[in-house]
Amino acid sequence: MVKEYKTIKTQVALPYEIAYGATWTRFFEGFKERKIYGTKCPQCARILVPARAFCPRCFVDTEDWVEVSQEGSLVSWNYVNYRYFGMPTEPPYVGGLIRLDGTDVGFLHLIGGFGLSDLEEVKKNVKSGMKVRAVWSDERQGNIMDIRYFEPIK
Amino acid sequence: MGRAVAVVGVGQTRHGRRMDVSYPELVREGVMAVFEDTGLTPDDIDGVVSGTMPSMMEGVALTHFYFADAIQAVGKPVLKTETCGSTGMSIAHTAYYWIASGMADVILAVGHEKMNEGDSQATMTTVAEPFYQRPFISGAPGVFSMQSAIWKDRFGLSDEKVREAAAYISKTHHDSAFDNPYAHIKIRTTIEQIVNARIITYPVRLLDVCPNSDGVCAVIFASEEKARKMGRKVAWVKGIGYRGDEYFFGDSDKAEWVSAIEAAKQAYAQAGIKNPRKELDVAEVYNPFTFQEMMLYECFGFAAPGEAPDLVLKGTFARQGELPCDPSGGVLCTNPIGASGLIRVAEAALQVTGKGGAHQVPGARLALAHAMGGVAQFNGVMILGSEL
Ligand SMILES: [Zn+2]
Repeated sequence: MVKEYKTIKTQVALPYEIAYGATWTRFFEGFKERKIYGTKCPQCARILVPARAFCPRCFVDTEDWVEVSQEGSLVSWNYVNYRYFGMPTEPPYVGGLIRLDGTDVGFLHLIGGFGLSDLEEVKKNVKSGMKVRAVWSDERQGNIMDIRYFEPIK
Repeated sequence: MGRAVAVVGVGQTRHGRRMDVSYPELVREGVMAVFEDTGLTPDDIDGVVSGTMPSMMEGVALTHFYFADAIQAVGKPVLKTETCGSTGMSIAHTAYYWIASGMADVILAVGHEKMNEGDSQATMTTVAEPFYQRPFISGAPGVFSMQSAIWKDRFGLSDEKVREAAAYISKTHHDSAFDNPYAHIKIRTTIEQIVNARIITYPVRLLDVCPNSDGVCAVIFASEEKARKMGRKVAWVKGIGYRGDEYFFGDSDKAEWVSAIEAAKQAYAQAGIKNPRKELDVAEVYNPFTFQEMMLYECFGFAAPGEAPDLVLKGTFARQGELPCDPSGGVLCTNPIGASGLIRVAEAALQVTGKGGAHQVPGARLALAHAMGGVAQFNGVMILGSEL
C-alpha cells in the first residue's frame, strides 16, 4: 500500500514593473493609433516587427521606423484546446504566425472572426498561406491585445 | 576538443508522480544511483553541476542551494546550468567542458525536475517576456505545433501522412517504454486510440505529447586517466554541439531548424561522422512531441528534408530499423524536464556500453543524444562511442 505523505500548498505571487524601453514604448503607442510599426536594419535591410532597437543578426541600431501593412499571409497556425495560465483568451482559440506584407519576419497573434468551437469548421476557415488582416479593439490601451485578432480576408 | 572525456556511470530515479519524496530526497535518490553504479563516493568528485528547466517549476528559485547536501556539493566547486528544455544537455556539456579543459578530472552532473509540484505549463509561459510573446506561447504544445505545421507546409506533406507517421512514432515509443525500467508512462495503446485522442493543440493530441514527470538523472564524467583506472566499459564523448536561435519565434527558420542542424553538424565534425543514418547505431532524440520528432530526424541528417514521415512508416527508426531512435521510449513517455536532456546522454551511454537491458540495441557502438528547449530556440547534441 502506498502511504500518502503530507504536502504544503503555497504560492509565489511576485509584483513586477517591467520597462518597455523607448523602442517598444513607441511601438505600442502606435497601437493606440491603429498603426503597426517596424524598424528597418541599415545593414541587412530587413524590416523587423515588432520594432527593434537593434537588428539581432547585424547587431547595429535600427532607427529607421516604417509603418507596416496590417495585412499579411498566414505562415502557420495552431488550434489551442487546453487552458494555459496567462493566456489572452479562453480556449479554444487559434494562434497564428503572420508575415505582414513588406516585412521580413513572422509576427505572432491570434486568428479569429469565425466560430472556434468546432475544429472541422476552423480547418475550413484557416489555411496556411491565406491572407489575413488586423482587427482592432475599439478601446486601445497600447498593448499587444489592442489587436483583437487577425481575420481571414475573403 | 581538449582532453578526452568519458561517461563512467549513470543513475536515474524511478520517474513519475513522486509525491512520496521531497525534492531533495528525490535528487539524492538519483545521486545515490550513480554512486552505486560507479562505486565512486562523494570524495572522488572534483565538482558538481546541476540544473532544472526554469527553477520556478517547483517554486524554489535557487536549487543548487536547496540541493547542496543532496548533490554533495559542500566544499566543492558548484555550477548551475539552465537552458530550458535543453538544460540536461547543457549540464552534460558543462561537465564535459570542465574536464576537457583540464580543470577537473571527475564531475558529477545532476538534472532534476518535480513537475507535479507546480503548474508546468504556467511555468513555461514565464520563459518569455510579457509584452508580446508570452500571450501566444500557449504552453509548450502551442509553439511546437506551429513549428511542425511550418515544416509540413514547407515540404508539401499531407496532413494524413504526417498524422499516420506521428501515430506510428507514438505507438512504438509507448511500447518501448515497457522495456525501460525507469520510464514514467507505460500504457499499451493502438493507432486508433492515438489518432482519436483528445486534441491538446491541433494537430497534437494527448498521446502525441510528453507527460509531466518527477525524476532525476545523475551522470559522472571523468578524464581519460580516471576513466581507464576504473577498469570498466565507459562511453567516450566523441563530439558535442550547441546552438541557439534568435529570441523572437518569427525571426528564425523553424522548419529547417538552423540551431538543430548546426548543433548536429558541429558534433558530427568532431566525431568524424559523415553519414549519420549509416554510422550511428542509435539516437536518443529529445522528443516531447511526435510531430516535431520527425522534423528533428531531418535536421540531424537521418532523413532528407520532407522525407522523415516516409522513413518512419517504413520502420527505419523503429527498434529493429536501420537507426533506432528513442528505444527508451524517449521524452514522449518520461519528461522530468531538467533531467530529460541528461537522460538522453545516460541512455546513449547505456547503449554504447551494452547496458541497455531490455531496450538494448544489439551491438550499438555509436550513439547520438539530443535535447532542445526555449520557445523553439535551443538545441544541443552529444555523440557517445564505445571506443575513444
Ligand atoms: Zn540586420
